[in-house]
Amino acid sequence: MFNGTSTFVEGVDNAFLFIVVISLILLIVLTFLMVYFIFRYRKERNPVASQIEGNVTLEVLWTVIPGILVLMMFWYGWKAYTPMREVPEDAMVVKAVARMWAFSFEYDNGKKSDKLVVPINKPVKVVLEATDVLHAFYIPAFRVKQDMVPGNPQYVWFSASKTGSYDIFCAEYCGTLHSAMITKVEVLEETDYQAWYEGSALAGDEPVGLKLLKDNACISCHSTDGSQLVGPTFKGLFGKTHKVVSNGVEKEIVADDAYLMKSITDPASDVVVGFPAIMQPYQLPDSSLKSMVEFIKTLK
Amino acid sequence: MSETVLKAGSAEPQYQPSYLEMETKHKGILSWILATDHKRIAQLYFFSMMTMFLIGALIGVLIRIELMAPGRTIMDAQTYNGFFTLHGIIMIFMFVIPGLPAVFGNFVMPIMIGAKDVAFPRVNLLSWYLYVIGGIIVLTSQFVGSGPPDGGWTFYAPYSVKSAANIGMAAMGAFFLGFSSILTGLNFLVTIHRMRAPGMSWDRIPLFVWSLYATGWIQILATPVIGITLVLIVFERVFQLGFFDPAFGGDPILYQHLFWIYSHPAVYVMILPAMGAISEIIPTFAQRTIFGYKAIVASSLLIAFVGYFVWGHHMYTSGMSDTAKWVFSFITFLVAIPSAIKVFNWVATLYKGSINIQPPLLYAVAFMFTFMIGGFTGLIIGAVAQDIHLHDTTFIVGHFHYIVFGGTGFAFFGALHYWYPKMYGRMYNIKLANIAWGLFFFGFNVLYFPMFVAGYMGMPRRYFDYLPEFYIPNLISTMGSWFLYAGIILMIYNLVKSRKTGAIAPANPWHGVTLEWSIQSPPTYENFDEIPVVKDGPYKFK
Ligand SMILES: [Cu+2]
Ligand SMILES: [Cu+2]
Repeated sequence: MFNGTSTFVEGVDNAFLFIVVISLILLIVLTFLMVYFIFRYRKERNPVASQIEGNVTLEVLWTVIPGILVLMMFWYGWKAYTPMREVPEDAMVVKAVARMWAFSFEYDNGKKSDKLVVPINKPVKVVLEATDVLHAFYIPAFRVKQDMVPGNPQYVWFSASKTGSYDIFCAEYCGTLHSAMITKVEVLEETDYQAWYEGSALAGDEPVGLKLLKDNACISCHSTDGSQLVGPTFKGLFGKTHKVVSNGVEKEIVADDAYLMKSITDPASDVVVGFPAIMQPYQLPDSSLKSMVEFIKTLK
Repeated sequence: MSETVLKAGSAEPQYQPSYLEMETKHKGILSWILATDHKRIAQLYFFSMMTMFLIGALIGVLIRIELMAPGRTIMDAQTYNGFFTLHGIIMIFMFVIPGLPAVFGNFVMPIMIGAKDVAFPRVNLLSWYLYVIGGIIVLTSQFVGSGPPDGGWTFYAPYSVKSAANIGMAAMGAFFLGFSSILTGLNFLVTIHRMRAPGMSWDRIPLFVWSLYATGWIQILATPVIGITLVLIVFERVFQLGFFDPAFGGDPILYQHLFWIYSHPAVYVMILPAMGAISEIIPTFAQRTIFGYKAIVASSLLIAFVGYFVWGHHMYTSGMSDTAKWVFSFITFLVAIPSAIKVFNWVATLYKGSINIQPPLLYAVAFMFTFMIGGFTGLIIGAVAQDIHLHDTTFIVGHFHYIVFGGTGFAFFGALHYWYPKMYGRMYNIKLANIAWGLFFFGFNVLYFPMFVAGYMGMPRRYFDYLPEFYIPNLISTMGSWFLYAGIILMIYNLVKSRKTGAIAPANPWHGVTLEWSIQSPPTYENFDEIPVVKDGPYKFK
């Protein structure tokens, strides 16, 4: 279906086909027999039924043969799975962090990205972490999936064999915007990848603040254009007076620098009225917080 | 019922007041909600479950409309999340788990073994009350507190611990429903052990009763685990104790183990009685003895036993060890064998029968077809490598609807068409029943089959919105749901209407040979004037 975009596609699809073919044969034969018997032996044609209580040979046969078939299916499925756990020594490592409701990827030179960018034909080990609840890292085209468990890092590995852009989905329910928790894996030629990795080509000239908001997945809940998501929009946020709930008491607060920074590091302390108190606290260096707030100020 | 109709319709020389008309201590509605007669309790369950089923199905149709096209169609994301959660809780805990045991088990099981009632009639009524209390709590959780529960019927931690939505209350509701199930199982086990008519040795018990027996053991052994697990969730939410949430030092994977230790065997609570009902319907409409009685009994017991050790197949991607994956996958494939044996036996029972094509048989055929597809797709996801790809996609949704709705659902409605004349003494319109069945069966396949396609393409489940590449299978699926719903409505219309105006049914319209067909329709209070003596196996046709 995706013909050969990663190391595992062939193994998984062949094991799938093996089971499907055997199942289809059995399904067709059994359905045919069922329908045929019903018409062939309907009471108009066969007024007197034969009372057959059983047949040992037949019953032994239809226990043993399916038994062998299912064990073969088990074995194919297992054999196609084991390579997924055997990460090659030379695999490059990328860290993926999931939080409600975005993935972010960290490379060993400290580069952060909201997309997974990898070179072609290179084993990539993605170390999977989650900060809040369960998520799952799923690339259908590569046939890999793994839950991301808070406090218990997991991994997947693959080697992509075709350049292009493929979907990454969160496959474990994680709240309101679960279905929006999607991104892409970009498979690049080695040279393009190096250029990206060193940060010259594809980085663009985004403001630092916006980049940070993207990398930390802020914008999956807070829009920059005024549209209504799970949290308040950033547009026109700065300098306005907001109704918030602090420790169960409603009060008014002016969104200044200090308030915005506190809302990132300790979001539960003042929750804007009308929004659910679901945001997790973020630990970021002061310089990052400042850049983010500076950028929010520009969204008028 | 008027006097003349009774005389014309009754096969027995003297018709006695049935359980529907009998004199009781209480009058009116009280004579029902305080009833201890197993047949009246069956009716209580039947009406409460059908109400829940229709609500659940309506929510299902709304979910399908939302998914008809990418983007928002008729509701927002959080409403959708609440809806699929409610749909799951209602259908699983309030329809398919109580399912056939609570309605048909209660109604015919005591009669089939020649008993006057179950062993503990008042406990039986208590089970129904627990069911109602649990149901009310779950429904209330939708309207009070901090928003309808989301996260699905599986309540996975730590989301269920952290979510602001009203999950604690829904979990308590499910806790009550669990107790209802335990008490029903216990009651049936004791009844089957202690109250069989003289001469009904273990090898003469009808197969539906055998399936309830196997189910009873699962209910009393597995259900307490889910009860405790749900209580732990509530404790964790209220007192911040660290069982499952790593933020408090807990382990989310432990939750999944505890949850599936119950919830996989629960699948057999749903499907075994369904298989039992099919094993009654097929011999009656083939007018011949069942093929391989002992093999069917043995496979029920094997499924119930081996079914305890396969729960890990829900967790291949959870992060549990590879050894565990190997073992759970292996045992999962083993449990496929007894299920396959049953299908072979049913098909063989049709061979050289004298087949009377009637609605219950059509439902049995639909059951076998959908159950096979459910079973075969189960093999696909029982294999570790494929499940890595397909886990948490719509493939899984398709698979378990084929088993739980295609399997248990068709068996439930098949059993309903089979025992309907016994329950009410009236016959429904056969032609209309056939048309409804056709719509139901057609709609069912159009609804659920495309989910396998979307799932293999990679569409995750519990998605409010999806990418354009998944549009076509979703659109087809949604259209299927309309046929399915039309079929259900037509079926219910037919059954409700015939309850008052259907032709009077004779005591044994299908020429069945199990004990329930030997007494009048509808049966009297305590069923038998004289306890029958059983001299032979259950399916001796002439
Ligand atoms: Cu997620
Ligand atoms: Cu299972």
